[in-house]
Amino acid sequence: MRHKLDTIGETGLQFFGKMTASISHEIKNVLAIINENAGLLEDFARMAEGGIAIDPERLERLSQAVMKQIRRADTIVKNMNRFAHSTDESLKSVDLNEILELAVVLSNRLASMRSVTLKPKPQESPVKIRTSPFFLMNLIWLCLDFAMDRVGDGKIVELATQKTETGAQLRFGRLEGLTEAPLNTFPAEPEKSLLDLLKAELVVSAEKKEIVVRIAGNINSDE
Amino acid sequence: MKTRVLLVDDEEQFVQALSERLALRDYDITTSLSGDDAIEKIKHYNYDVVILDVAMPGIDGIQVLREIKKSKPLTEVIMLTGHGTVETAIEGMKLGAFDFLMKPCNTEELDTKIKKAFARKAEQEERIRAAKVSDIISSPRSVLKDD
Repeated sequence: MRHKLDTIGETGLQFFGKMTASISHEIKNVLAIINENAGLLEDFARMAEGGIAIDPERLERLSQAVMKQIRRADTIVKNMNRFAHSTDESLKSVDLNEILELAVVLSNRLASMRSVTLKPKPQESPVKIRTSPFFLMNLIWLCLDFAMDRVGDGKIVELATQKTETGAQLRFGRLEGLTEAPLNTFPAEPEKSLLDLLKAELVVSAEKKEIVVRIAGNINSDE
Repeated sequence: MKTRVLLVDDEEQFVQALSERLALRDYDITTSLSGDDAIEKIKHYNYDVVILDVAMPGIDGIQVLREIKKSKPLTEVIMLTGHGTVETAIEGMKLGAFDFLMKPCNTEELDTKIKKAFARKAEQEERIRAAKVSDIISSPRSVLKDD
């Protein structure tokens, strides 16, 4: 048990680090754009001082470009805040659709770096479960990390949620590159520990080109 | 002749603003939003300096750098990096990049680095030209040799 807790702690920290590093990289990109636009304004101001007329519409476009980046940064920071608060309660009633949406938003940049598109297909109605939001996102990321290396030429991972009799399930589909070969290495120890903690099951099907995670409706149900 | 600069970054707005600023500083700027596109452009055109983002979707900056050094070894490369990719930028220097800059970067510092990179390229081209001239003078038949 001690060993499992250590594995979960380690994988959780690695996940937190991976996500915050990606978020900070995105914020850096936004700052770089604002920096260049501010610099361009400075260049225009110097040109105006030298008697060169600057088109007001050009200045307005610059201002709009900066505002667009501020809105982008605001969204990034809001998602970062939601992610940070996912650690507030170790057990919470959540909508799996919302958890998936946040996991996808956080993973989008990392997916894009691997030229992979994430396509969430949440069930239309809420999929309520009682679970550990942070560790569920951690498990989703580990499955996604595995799935993104097996997308084949399609370069798409489809993520669908569904309510089940015992809780919920999450399907990572369209894994065209999923073959029998790597299945003995997944799930590995970190995934197994999280599956145990979350009372979840993982089924990898090379035939259906998908990974299915069956999640308990309430991880505290037998206490 | 203006220094020919290729700016490669997947952030379109960043590319737009920085290319405009560099054009105001009298550079001949071409832009590219992906590694694939940059490699194509480098194959078909001679740039003096390439400003290259390290972290890009698909073919990343390091792969583009390898291609540049393979096909146009004299073209100088300045890597642009966020804080998480400094190690990669240093790896780039080992692969022959001229220098690297952290984002958000100071344009005057970038301007200075472009000038220094261009000076090194010009110096290397001059050394190669001088070596060829010396070769021809010492052995006029050498002009008949394949390069």
